[in-house]
Amino acid sequence: MTRVLGLAAVWMALVMSVYGIGAAVMGLTRRRPSLVASAFQAVYVIFALMTLATGAMIYALVTHDFSVDYVAQVGSRSTPLFYTIISLWGALEGSILFWGWVLAMYSAVVVYLNRNRPGGLVPWSSVALMTVSLYFFILLVGPANPWGLVSPVPFDGPGPNPLLQNHILMGVHPPLLYLGYVGMTVPFAFAVGALLSGEIHSGDWIKLTRRWTLSAWAFLSLAIIAGMWWSYEVLGWGGYWAWDPVENASFMPWLTATAFLHSAMVQERRGMLKLWNVNLIVSTFLLTILGTFLTRSGIISSVHAFTTGTIGYYFLAFMAFCLITSLVLVGGNSEGLRSEGHLDSAASRETVFLFNNLFLTGFTFVVVFGTLFPLLADLFNGSQVTIGAPFFNKMTIPICVALLFLMGVGPSLPWKAASREQLRQAFLLPGGTALAIVALSLALGMRDVYGIAAFSLAGFALVCNLREYAVGAQARVRAHNEAFPVALARLVTSNRRRYGGYLAHLGIIMVAAAVTASSSFRFERDATLKPGETMAVKGDLSVRFVQMWGRDEPQREVVGADVEILRDGEVVGTMDPRMNFYKAQQQPVPTPAVRSRPTGDVYINLMAFTQDGQSATIKVILEPFVPWIWVGGLVIALGAVVSAWPQSKRAPRAVGYVRPVSTGARGGADATFPGAAVPMQQMQQAPTLPTHTG
Amino acid sequence: MAMNWKRALLLTAGVGVPTIALLSFGMTRDPRQINSPLPGRDAPAFTRGVFATGADPMLRMEVGDTVRMAEHRGEIVVVNFWASWCLECRVEHEGLSMTASEYAPDGVKFFGLLYNDKEEAGLRWLSQMGGQAYPALSDPGARVAIDYGLYGVPETFVVDQRGQVAHKFVGAVNPADMRVLLDSLLKANGPSQPVGSDAPVSRTLPAGGDGS
Amino acid sequence: MIRRRATRSRLTTITLWAAVVLLAPWHGAGAQPAEPGVVGATGNTAAGSLDGNTQTPLPGKDPVLDERVKAVSKVLRCPVCQGESIQDSPADLATQMKALVREQMASGQSEEQVLDYFVAKYGQWILLEPRAEGINLLVYWLPVVFLVLGTGLIVVVVKKWTKPVPATDV
Repeated sequence: MTRVLGLAAVWMALVMSVYGIGAAVMGLTRRRPSLVASAFQAVYVIFALMTLATGAMIYALVTHDFSVDYVAQVGSRSTPLFYTIISLWGALEGSILFWGWVLAMYSAVVVYLNRNRPGGLVPWSSVALMTVSLYFFILLVGPANPWGLVSPVPFDGPGPNPLLQNHILMGVHPPLLYLGYVGMTVPFAFAVGALLSGEIHSGDWIKLTRRWTLSAWAFLSLAIIAGMWWSYEVLGWGGYWAWDPVENASFMPWLTATAFLHSAMVQERRGMLKLWNVNLIVSTFLLTILGTFLTRSGIISSVHAFTTGTIGYYFLAFMAFCLITSLVLVGGNSEGLRSEGHLDSAASRETVFLFNNLFLTGFTFVVVFGTLFPLLADLFNGSQVTIGAPFFNKMTIPICVALLFLMGVGPSLPWKAASREQLRQAFLLPGGTALAIVALSLALGMRDVYGIAAFSLAGFALVCNLREYAVGAQARVRAHNEAFPVALARLVTSNRRRYGGYLAHLGIIMVAAAVTASSSFRFERDATLKPGETMAVKGDLSVRFVQMWGRDEPQREVVGADVEILRDGEVVGTMDPRMNFYKAQQQPVPTPAVRSRPTGDVYINLMAFTQDGQSATIKVILEPFVPWIWVGGLVIALGAVVSAWPQSKRAPRAVGYVRPVSTGARGGADATFPGAAVPMQQMQQAPTLPTHTG
Repeated sequence: MAMNWKRALLLTAGVGVPTIALLSFGMTRDPRQINSPLPGRDAPAFTRGVFATGADPMLRMEVGDTVRMAEHRGEIVVVNFWASWCLECRVEHEGLSMTASEYAPDGVKFFGLLYNDKEEAGLRWLSQMGGQAYPALSDPGARVAIDYGLYGVPETFVVDQRGQVAHKFVGAVNPADMRVLLDSLLKANGPSQPVGSDAPVSRTLPAGGDGS
Repeated sequence: MIRRRATRSRLTTITLWAAVVLLAPWHGAGAQPAEPGVVGATGNTAAGSLDGNTQTPLPGKDPVLDERVKAVSKVLRCPVCQGESIQDSPADLATQMKALVREQMASGQSEEQVLDYFVAKYGQWILLEPRAEGINLLVYWLPVVFLVLGTGLIVVVVKKWTKPVPATDV
């Protein structure tokens, strides 16, 4: 019953989207507003239908209706309720269903908030949104149909992938990721709508687009950081970023969207870079589709666990359709999009934005090209190469360092032109800070050039951005005779977009500094210990292995080690790294124990143990400042919220903006979730060699 | 809307088509299938001790005997990597054992190398599986396995009469494929016998590939 | 006129700075993970320890060797994992490979020789960072070309756009 209902809802959504596309196009070309209005209604109906379909799937999962194909695939009576619900996005079909629902929701909100906007922009955008939706509906009734009938109905299922039911972050990261990833369809739809309606020449669409991009970007930022956190808490190798194709897939559109958020300001302020901005928006969307294709087609070997099948060809076809449509639309219009630029001086914020865009797109290029290069080498050379973490680190760390520098320079330079005196004032303190950090690092014995550069430029950027707040607030203190905190608060509210942006900068600086610190000063040691034995780790820190323990849970067996943390021989805490043996999986899944302090984490992983509990191999990793990465993620999101929050009516900044879109606010509320981003399914760290199958 | 179709076409042909072509090519490849550089090269030499004798009288060796790859020049040697915890190994076991007995009169030698496993576990597994025609060797530290570029078990290497790796089987060996390969090696290079006998080893071998 | 000159000098500064940023990172791109200087220096140490003792030093006993082993282990891909290095992976095969790396380096082999060994057994696939040769040069140098051309474009464009023009309404 549930099965039929869900499938019927998806089929009806498919029919509605075909109708909606037809009605909107007819209405636009034959100037029949009633047809356009009907297409808008179709968007709402699609959202209702997809909500029904998704609700039906959740119901089927919760009631363990194993006659439904997807439930039989990921469900299990012994899985806790929370993990049963979130297994909605735990495998391919469910994730496509969830994607379809998020897209339908975005479409409905976009259309609803802009339904009264005159002109063809919104109707054409709805055509683009429904076309993308249509594709996902086709997947849902075709190769990714989750509603297949299982007969005879099994009594129980294997349960979700153990890696996905091992941590609560799996309930946080994927929804954030989809909100960010799918959210990038909205700016793309606006760009298509602007191109098709001819409104691309007015500056209006870019403002509309920028706020939507900002909210999607905030979700994506949080999703990326939450994914790093998940990977750190679950995979047991003590790292948070491995440059896996799945991680790259979420990172590529983030980079281009970041570039767009900056260059859009240049277009709004100076009317330049029109073509460039359209390109960035379109690229961002295409990269989300490319990323989805890469992670779901099995084309690139990755940690993801999505099963492969014919769906890869559907994604390839869709990728081709989107790419060629975009090239034709943008390429065919590019003449009209050329904008003559004018700059007052090379020493201006505009110039910095140009370099910001160069490095962000260069970064994207490294990631995209590096991810696809194995295919290229195979095609032209027949060779099988790996592009792994050492490559990406080598290539991107210098770019990150350059971006940190620009992140300080940009806010410090005024629009148009900076005078010599302004330059001197702006850079005296930050420059001094940077030099002091270099000296300090050298004195402390650091020799890694990029490590020193990253610290020093993070300090530089930090002071530059803080100085913006301080200088602005002081000006208010003088002008309005306000107390400093009041002045600061009013400063931020008077120009949320700008100071929210600087807040996001501070978040990025935190992440950058914490990543540099944790990778420069990471320390690890492992040993095989008998109960009661102590291993000296570093300095006054040592750990004592107390005992092994085990317990049975419905869906798994858990084996853990009690480990005491000692400082100068005094016990200061206990930790319990574990290994989980899931019934449906041969390889155990580790649960490392993490003890977080502001100065860093002690991270302990149980590597091996003997059956009699008389010895355990434990690995202790000291991870300085890692918690600040997660905090930085929250600060980034907070900055985006402040920035996207609609300006109060009294101080309108978004000139010519018809109707403030409230999604920024919405994004903000949700965005305070702790956590952020990446790979859907992660590494299979096989303690033993897997066997070859077929 | 004035379209510049020429530019649109140019971009499609210059950017769109190559990108799609590259991705389409990618769809024809399996990233999990990694080519071994070994076929066509000299088989890595090893010296390993026997821990299970082998049931076939022509292949039998005593526990504690040492197998030296270098002493098998001129012979076809099949090196199979296996483990008691490996499920695929159960699939290939019977067929491989039978093929070994079948080709023993032709002078083809089979050795099973135990990967990442305890000898006791290996012995228990062998008795459960009803014995094995050829001897099993231990490989402490997996040195031989790494020397052969092992990814997983089972993997099976066929070394020809000139001491070169002729083929690598990944996963359970299909006995029919093994027979075809051994027959072609015997036909191309003459009998399988230790160097010093009068076997002419001359003709070029069929090119070795990876997988099947 | 003076204003123009000031602009130009700033342009020069930006170009110079960009060149520094661009060139600095990739001086090592062509080199293999092993740095020749390090090889020579530590190779002797290892050889020295070999003379007195054929036993491979255990981890923790020889910090120099530990570092060298770690550097090599970081660029070797664990064959049974997903894109992880054998340094990071707890898999048995990774542990065994790490032990082999240690043994080979303790017996005096250079980073380069150890990597060559693994490439001969597993193919280039085993390197987490491809060798900068042949078609692989593309993956190292195209991003550099991208950034250099981009910088050039920005310099040209900024130069053009900062030309005093009659006020136009853009």
